[in-house]
Amino acid sequence: MIKEVEILVIGGGPAGLCAARSASKLGAHVMVCERDYVPGGQLVKQTHKFFGSEKQYAGDRGIQIGKMLIDEIAADPNIEILTEATVLGIYEDGVVTVLYQNQHLKIHPKKIIITTGAAEKFLSFPGNDLPGIYGAGAVQTLMNVAGVKPAERVVMVGAGNIGLIVSYQLMQAGVEVAGVIEAAPKIGGYLVHASKIRRAGVPIRTSYTVKEAFGTDCLEGVVICRLDEKWQMIPGTEETIPCDTLCLAVGLTPLAELCWQAGCQMAFIRELSGHVPILDENLETTVSGIYAAGDVAGIEEASAAMVEGRLAGCSAAASLGYSPQEAKIMLQAAREELNELRSGPTGSKIRAGLQKMSEKKGVKTAC
Amino acid sequence: MRIEQHPVLQFDRGEKVTFSYNGQDVEGYTTETIAAALHAAGIRKLGTSPELHRPRGLFCAIGNCSSCFMTVNGEPNVRICVTRVEPGMTVEEQIGKGEIHYD
Amino acid sequence: MLIQDGIPTSEDLSKVLPPQNRLETGPVAMAECFQKIPCNPCAKACPKKAIHVEPDINQTPQIDFDQCIGCGICISRCPGLAIFVVDLTYGEDTALVLLPYEFLPLPVKGQSVLCLDRSGREVGRYPVVKVTPGGNKNLTYVISVAVPKSLAMEVRNIRVGGDNNE
Repeated sequence: MIKEVEILVIGGGPAGLCAARSASKLGAHVMVCERDYVPGGQLVKQTHKFFGSEKQYAGDRGIQIGKMLIDEIAADPNIEILTEATVLGIYEDGVVTVLYQNQHLKIHPKKIIITTGAAEKFLSFPGNDLPGIYGAGAVQTLMNVAGVKPAERVVMVGAGNIGLIVSYQLMQAGVEVAGVIEAAPKIGGYLVHASKIRRAGVPIRTSYTVKEAFGTDCLEGVVICRLDEKWQMIPGTEETIPCDTLCLAVGLTPLAELCWQAGCQMAFIRELSGHVPILDENLETTVSGIYAAGDVAGIEEASAAMVEGRLAGCSAAASLGYSPQEAKIMLQAAREELNELRSGPTGSKIRAGLQKMSEKKGVKTAC
Repeated sequence: MRIEQHPVLQFDRGEKVTFSYNGQDVEGYTTETIAAALHAAGIRKLGTSPELHRPRGLFCAIGNCSSCFMTVNGEPNVRICVTRVEPGMTVEEQIGKGEIHYD
Repeated sequence: MLIQDGIPTSEDLSKVLPPQNRLETGPVAMAECFQKIPCNPCAKACPKKAIHVEPDINQTPQIDFDQCIGCGICISRCPGLAIFVVDLTYGEDTALVLLPYEFLPLPVKGQSVLCLDRSGREVGRYPVVKVTPGGNKNLTYVISVAVPKSLAMEVRNIRVGGDNNE
């Protein structure tokens, strides 16, 4: 049996939940498929307070924002949320197949919003496959979701926001952070996050990378090495740091498999951190009726993902004819918020990426 | 080791149960993943790579990377980072690529 | 340098610290927030409307030191934990530093704690005068420590427990 749905949202993270809510507010019926046991995406592990303005719940912690969105959706009769529901494919006839708690479901949505998020990038160095080397997000999941102390002594690779924030959270969980190393000559994350761990005694060393990791069955230590201005290791600058855990916070890449599979026109845009679907101003992909929002459309802060979700949800509902007047106001508000979030110096990368995307001429195809 | 006190979080772990890991009893909670329970018990080496037999552990913890494959209740290639603990389940280190048994 | 190691230089600080004559008149806030990031909860939090993030949320906060009464509400509201209050009028030789704290164990009133500067260096052991919870939702504590006046502009963190001198 094929289940008919108005709007299917794939991924129940910040973008997906906000997409579902905004579409529902305009009157549309929405189904959300989330592959995890609980919705919320990465919000469920984000114990720090969010930046932005009150429109993006600034000052609240990610976990609190996640809980609020989940509670709102649970009370919303227009939204059905399936957990342990992994979308397997989007077919040419518009049917979407889902593995839902070990059953095979077929769903036929009128509109699809892809909000599948991102995956952590890896780094190549000898010994990088040893147990004890994790993505920074994995360590965050262990300590902030499961409440398991993930390590005794950690070296963090990457001084972007994730590396800096997870270092701080590791200290809150009682883990020693031996240091943060960053290959770039500058700290990439917000400097307030850097200052916060620095004044707690964690050294941050820019122009450093991991030369190798060693250990028998599990990680026992790493050798770090300084980089010159051409990003080459400087012989003689090696230092060995004993540690049981190495966290890689070297960036995220969009989880865009479903966009590829659905036939969306894709583009590699470095500033958006990988291959992303080409989107129009309504966040619609080149396949008519399929939208994308959040990290899958380019890596950015969660605050922006939430606003993008709202934008995509509004666009999809409006295209079904729901509340055109109200939709127009909501779309306008979301666009203004995104412009505001991206207008400062820290938004320059994403602005450059979006500029490149706007120069790619997407050719619309029917779903 | 489990975090008992945290400045921001409180943990609702669900019911405490026992499952089997390589024949030995390990405690876990019903709302946590097998990976979390094994880590809490100090088990970080989850298996070996199929070709070079190098030790393997958790990497992404959200079901993306497949570094944490183990055999659970006889079924191979289970991503234990996204599979919850159930009382009495058997979790085993997987040798090689695993074999699927058809009933 | 701040962009390389997270430690603001005296030049960075000179742009955000209150003038000496204002410091000497009573408690006052300072936002050690040097980078234009999209963020404005401090401005929303101030009951005296003394913090301005204008014309858009990417500007760094500007504190009107004449309007600021040093109440410290902004300290636990700043998502970057970058705001501090200093009261140089606290005692003859001692000043009060109010700083944000999100670790366990919490210090108790009267306890002598290790005080750290912006680089995490230990600068001495001084008494906690007050422990103010940020509230059930906020969860950031504001800790008031009484330090020698000469360290009022240096002490920016504390360490409780985890050392052998407790």
